[in-house]
Amino acid sequence: MAGSIVAGVLAPHPPHLVYADNPPQNEPSAECGWETLRWGYERLRKDLEKLDFDTLIVLSPHWQTYVGTHFLGVPQFKSLSVDPVFPNLFRYHYELDVDVELANAICAAGQEAGLVTRMMENPDFRVDYGTIVSCHLTRPEWDKPIVGISSCRSTSYYSVEVMQEQARALAAATRSAIEASGRRVVLLASNSLSHRHFTTESAVPEDMSKEHIMHHGQYLWDMRAIELLRHGKTKQFIDEMPEFTSQAISETDAGALSWMLYSLGLPTYDAELYGYGTVIGTGNAVMGWFPEST
Amino acid sequence: MNIVKGIIVPGIPHPLLCPEKNEGWSQLRAGFEAARAEIEASGAERLLIYSTMWPSVIGHQIQADPEPEWVHVDEMFHYLGSIPYRFRIDADFGQAFKEAAQARGLQARTVAYHGFPIDTGSVVALKLLNPDNRIPASIVSSNVYADRAETTVLGKAARDAIDASGVKTAVVVVMTLSNRLFTDFIEPSEDHIHSPKDEEWNQKLLEFLGGGRLEDVAQLSRTIQDQIRVQKVVNFKPMWWMSAVMGQHNRYDGHVHAYAPLFGTGGAVISLTPSVDSAGDKEYDEEDVDVYKGDRSVLGGALPSAQSVVTAFESKEPAAPSTPAPSAPADGAMVNTDTAPAPVGAYPHARREGDLLFLSGVGPRQPGTNAIPGGAIRDDAGQPNDYDIAAQTEAVIENVRRILHAAGSSLDDVIDITAFLVDMDRDFTGYNAVYAKHFTSVGATRTTLAISALPTPIAVEFKVVARAPVA
Repeated sequence: MAGSIVAGVLAPHPPHLVYADNPPQNEPSAECGWETLRWGYERLRKDLEKLDFDTLIVLSPHWQTYVGTHFLGVPQFKSLSVDPVFPNLFRYHYELDVDVELANAICAAGQEAGLVTRMMENPDFRVDYGTIVSCHLTRPEWDKPIVGISSCRSTSYYSVEVMQEQARALAAATRSAIEASGRRVVLLASNSLSHRHFTTESAVPEDMSKEHIMHHGQYLWDMRAIELLRHGKTKQFIDEMPEFTSQAISETDAGALSWMLYSLGLPTYDAELYGYGTVIGTGNAVMGWFPEST
Repeated sequence: MNIVKGIIVPGIPHPLLCPEKNEGWSQLRAGFEAARAEIEASGAERLLIYSTMWPSVIGHQIQADPEPEWVHVDEMFHYLGSIPYRFRIDADFGQAFKEAAQARGLQARTVAYHGFPIDTGSVVALKLLNPDNRIPASIVSSNVYADRAETTVLGKAARDAIDASGVKTAVVVVMTLSNRLFTDFIEPSEDHIHSPKDEEWNQKLLEFLGGGRLEDVAQLSRTIQDQIRVQKVVNFKPMWWMSAVMGQHNRYDGHVHAYAPLFGTGGAVISLTPSVDSAGDKEYDEEDVDVYKGDRSVLGGALPSAQSVVTAFESKEPAAPSTPAPSAPADGAMVNTDTAPAPVGAYPHARREGDLLFLSGVGPRQPGTNAIPGGAIRDDAGQPNDYDIAAQTEAVIENVRRILHAAGSSLDDVIDITAFLVDMDRDFTGYNAVYAKHFTSVGATRTTLAISALPTPIAVEFKVVARAPVA
């Protein structure tokens, strides 16, 4: 039986959400914080429970590769992830399995399509915190293997348009490899929408009286993006992405959301919005696409 | 003089992990070794690293784990191998640097967490420049949002902390010149600078830095970013920082130890040694800044006024929500302020008579600590020190500014200055250059006198008359 994508998720990775969840893997602890997003993830998890899937595939902006797209290629990782920006909030002991077979297949299919790809096979490698946060919030049980994909920084070297073309090619490779594998997979695009941070932090990081969007312009852009995605207008969103990325300083520059939407075939059906909230000034939405429900 | 060396090195790991695979990488490895030997010979007792490969968002982060240990793998060049490390970090200096940064209006914090991911660039620099961990090190991040003013102030804060510690320090910047990597994997033998344009600009930078013209390069930073730098997480700002740490001038002996392509980028190992008679004056003249007054209070509530930030810097206390400007002193009133060094006799900092302010002699000592920026002219045993007249003169002028500010006046209101130097032959040129930077547009009259000694071990003192504010 051919494999398939059973869900695509916009799964932002602020470490604050894990910090506020207080899982046993994370050293720091919080009293509360960022509930609209955390409750959104909670509802997402309930919906994913209804699906039968084998593997999570995550593309993370915090594994940054300027030379090609890289894939985790070691069967198991166990280590400590310390966020280099918010080490006070995120020091997470992770243990995860990798679907190396599927990763190899996507890597090879991408290469055949003309992309520069490479497997990461160094067992000492530390998995980036974006991957860990998105996977934890989506599946805290860590009972599904993952495929970890790096963010090729083609936006930096060329433009958003070039990034999108590469994301489209990577999506085609992802899709064909999934179909050939027989796996049922969930795709995670690990990124925020608007992405301008505060440069100061509250004495109590989870003090929600201090949390808001960095500025109103970002909020307007976030709402426009969400409205397009909620109403199946993903092609229009892709068309507007260069301006959105520039104006909202969006983390869509990393290619994760483009890759996921192309992998889903640019859905014309509505996305489910699970929650929107700001994290240290950035705009974040948890959204899901379910091809089998349409 | 506490800053004995400036070193520029690339952070891409090939010279560490596989120098034998390419002649240029091997030359860079040799360059690291030559720089290591220079540091050794300089007597440096601390390395201070600013790495463009360690981005931060919440202000500036300073490593303060005394003995970080990990097995590092680069996120892109992971196939070259792992890098086990155990470093010796000067945590006390990290704390002092943080406090100095905060005193200048910056957001800063130390990080001391097991497993904190030290960036590839810092790891490469420390492994090759300090292989036996003989010299304790400090590492500071590069804030992704910091502009020139903020980065310059961070450099000055580093200098404050270095001077206060009195420890000889080598300053290391981790960066490449042009930074465009190839976007496909190459054979080592295929490595070359990515484009002729990158090569042309790299040669200009090598000429400037080889000639010791650090401040000139700093002032060209935006142009360099436009011309040969790909927009990455951290833009080209290390020369702003390095120049600010090292005194914002061009008086260095520059030496290019190695220059070679590193996966398409321009890798260079360059040393800068403070000198009294090299390249000379600045070719460009960007505005200088001492205290950061930018928008950092974005979490809600009113922004602190510039005045309150200045007050916080001067008092080294948290900024008050708002501090009214000092009122004009009454005729005949004495002016004293905690923001200037305490008098060494029974006299006020200033006194108003009519429309004029008369300041008592002002030296470079720092309020509260009595530390002398640039170093004392002699040690406790009376032996002469190699002090920095430029730093002392800057500090004198800053103290004058603080006293005038306390009296409701400013440097722009200065009418007449009498300057006293204890060594006219040695110090006039350095003093005169700093003076010109601050007073050329003011047009105050000036007399410079050579005298045999001043009451404290300082080299320069000013006597100032200024216009008083309207009462």
